[in-house]
Parts: sequence; structure tokens; C-alpha cells
Amino acid sequence: MIENLQLNSKGKLKHFLSIEGLPKSLLTEILDVAESFVGIGDNQIKKVPLLRGKTIVNLFFENSTRTRTTFELAANRLSADVLSMSISTSSTSKGESLLDTIRNLEAMYVDMFVVRHSISGAAHFIAQQTAPHISVINAGDGQHAHPTQAMLDMFTIRQIKKDFSMLRVAIIGDILHSRVARSQIQALNTLGAAEVRVIAPKTLLPAHVESLGVNVSHNLTAGLKDIDVIMMLRLQKERMTSALLPSESEYFKCFGLTEEKLKIAKPDAIVMHPGPINRGVEIDSKVADGPQSVILKQVSNGIAIRMAIMAMAMQKQGVS
Amino acid sequence: MLEIHDLLNKLEDGLKRIIVERQLTNPLMIGIRTGGVWIAEQMHQRLNIIEPLGLLDISFYRDDFSQIGVNPNVKPSQLPPQIEGRDIILIDDVFYTGRTIRAALNEIFDYGRPNQVVLAVLIERDGRQIPLCPDCVGTHITLSAGQLIKLTGPEPLAIQLQTIDAVA
Repeated sequence: MIENLQLNSKGKLKHFLSIEGLPKSLLTEILDVAESFVGIGDNQIKKVPLLRGKTIVNLFFENSTRTRTTFELAANRLSADVLSMSISTSSTSKGESLLDTIRNLEAMYVDMFVVRHSISGAAHFIAQQTAPHISVINAGDGQHAHPTQAMLDMFTIRQIKKDFSMLRVAIIGDILHSRVARSQIQALNTLGAAEVRVIAPKTLLPAHVESLGVNVSHNLTAGLKDIDVIMMLRLQKERMTSALLPSESEYFKCFGLTEEKLKIAKPDAIVMHPGPINRGVEIDSKVADGPQSVILKQVSNGIAIRMAIMAMAMQKQGVS
Repeated sequence: MLEIHDLLNKLEDGLKRIIVERQLTNPLMIGIRTGGVWIAEQMHQRLNIIEPLGLLDISFYRDDFSQIGVNPNVKPSQLPPQIEGRDIILIDDVFYTGRTIRAALNEIFDYGRPNQVVLAVLIERDGRQIPLCPDCVGTHITLSAGQLIKLTGPEPLAIQLQTIDAVA
């Protein structure tokens, strides 16, 4: 159902909820459109009038700095009017339901919701319930998906490596709790990466992870061999409900990326991280700040990719 | 009837005249992608303008975005940082409804406030929808309904007259 909901009758993007169900051609189009937005940040006037007169509401039911800021900047650079709401501090804490919040905002003539929520499927639910002229973008829902993060990662990879078909990509760390990892795996497989390898302790991998189309390794040293792109994940301490790991220092010893371990990957391998970084837990500072790291490039690219997705979802709004 | 070299010559003569009449000093030439850039390259060379040609891609400034959406092949505009106070020669291939020029002016003014802008086009055809007109043209033509005029290039530059039926 998700795929039908995300595209309008002409096959164009309407909501952006998940990578799942989106064709390769559409993902490539998003990357191409984002390319055209990259230069705008360098202009004296960092704005284009594409979404002038549109109102975008950032609904953040869960804390986030980077994602919310880049969504705000992206909307501003498209000349949209943006309202950012941290819902934990608003009416929901007084007992208003999610649907009532949405209905009230709809009554204020908004055109787009950007939603982050701790419950998987929240953005999908809002997209189903909201008025037909409104587009919904998923900025992270529970452990399900974080598709704009995955797309900015794909954009960064393509900028540096050009072609996906030859690439071996390792996703390392807490796959179990990571919505980012799920979206990354789907995007890499859709775009035709040669191999997607997940490297993690057994306790931090979901059951039947192979069914996502990945190879599995439980050993960082062995797993990094022949790798072109290293995608680190944050150890999500706040989501750890049971004792899945002996200790953080033990984790760093086995799965932390150090300069020494990085040498096992291909010499031109790039190191990525969606942030925020736990230095000394999943990645050593020398690697995070080192020459192979593209972590800050990812942040810059987050603006262009979000501009592209917002602009594409808002076009042809008349078509349902 | 539309010989490209004749039109380019006429446009060059017109521009030379207008540079004197309007007292353009150290003009900045800007071509509108794609066809306008090809014409502008020719004029830039013929008029011996030293400063590099500015390139304008108006896709983000179009007024039909909600109907046609984003073009994934947009290239960033390349304009010098200093537009403020400049004399600008804006060049396009075909002047038709006027909407492209409206978008181009909006974009230029986002970079700064020029002293004056002169508009030069190779071909002005009928069908204007906005109260703008070129200062300098290679030729004027009137087309019948369903006819389109298109520039192909950059090498060789040529003008094509198409009818909608033939295109479809």
C-alpha cells in the first residue's frame, strides 16, 4: 500500500515515506534534482522562489537537531513559509490526539507536513488521514525508516564514487534499532550496489536480516575487506532496553572504527556517519575527523536532497 | 527565409548601436540557457567583451512549476558576484510570451540591482502574454497557430520551424 500512497496517478512523488516501493528511476531523479540545488548555497541570495506561498509544517514528535535544521533551511531556500513544532512541548502533552493536531493544522491551510515520530508508521498514518492536497515527508519514524537520510547518503556516495554498480558497501553497528540502516539497505539495493554487507554483533541485528538483501558479518576486521564505502551507525543507547552489550568500551574494541581497522578496507574507501557521533564508542575521533571521512559533506548534502524531495512532492499538486 | 548568419549580423549591428545610444559601460553579457547562451557566445565574441559570459538557468524561477514540476537537468546559473550597478545585455534566442524574460529578470534582481538591462533576442515572434519587449532583435516573425520555432546548436547553429503535428 505504501507505494501507491507515495506516488500520484501519474507516477510522480506525492508523499515521501519510505524508500521501499520507489523505483530506481525516481530515486535517480531525486539525486539529479538535488544536484541542481547544490550551488544555491554558494549564491549571495541563497533562495529560489519555487515554493513561494507554500506553508510547510515540521512536526517533530521526537528530538532532532540536524534533521530539523536542514529541513527548515531547505524549505527556506525554496522560499516556503516554515513552521517548526516540537510537539512534546505543545497540546499533545495536554492530551490532544495526533489526528486532532493534524486536523487543526490542516485548518490553517498548510501544504506539507514533515514528520518525525518515535512510532513506526506515524508518517504513513498521517499521509493516509490528511487532506488530499497535503504532502507528507517522513523525517524518521520509530525503527522503520529515515528515507531522506538514506537519500542524502546515496547523494554523497554518488558525488564521490559516481557509479553504484561496482560498490561494496558496509553498514556497521546497531542495525537492530536503526531506521537509517533499513532505508540505506533499500536505497543501495534499488540503486544496484554490487554488495551490501552488514557488520554487527548478533544481538544488534534483527532476525532474518539476510532477507533484506545483505551479507552478514560479525567480525569487523574480516568484514571490512574490499569495502568501498563504510557507513557507521550510532550506538543508540536510548533505545537499548535490555543488556545487548557487555559495555561501551568492549563494543569499541570489537566494532569501533579505528585508523588501523580502516586500513583493511580499500585505500580510497570513504567513511560516513548519519550523526550524532559517539566518539570513542562506534568511531575513533581520528577517523571521524580524518581525510577519508565525509561526515560533514553528508550534512551539507542534506539540505540539497531535502530541497529536491520537497520540491518534487509539491509539484503537480492538482493531480491526486 | 530565416538565414541564421543574416540574423546574427543584424543582431550584432543592433547591439553595437544600442551600446552607444544607451551608453552601456563595461557591459556584462548574460545568455539564457540553452539557446540564448549559444547566441550570446556569438555576440560575446563579435563585440569583443572581455568579461566572461554570464549563464542564466531560469528553471527555478518559472511560473509554471506547479504544472510541469522540476526539471532534473537544471544547471546552476553562473553570474559574477557583483550585479549591483552593472549595465547588462541579456540575450535569448526566441522571444515569445515574455515569461522567460520575466523569470530571468527576477533571478538577476536576486543577485543585485543592475543599472540597466538591455534585452536582445535573435527572433521575436507573436504571442506575447506579458508587457515586455526586446530592445534589439534579429528579426520579427508571425507564425500560424501550431507552429513553433526552435534553435538547434551549438554547432552548427540553425533555426527550425516546426508544426505541432509534425512534433507529435
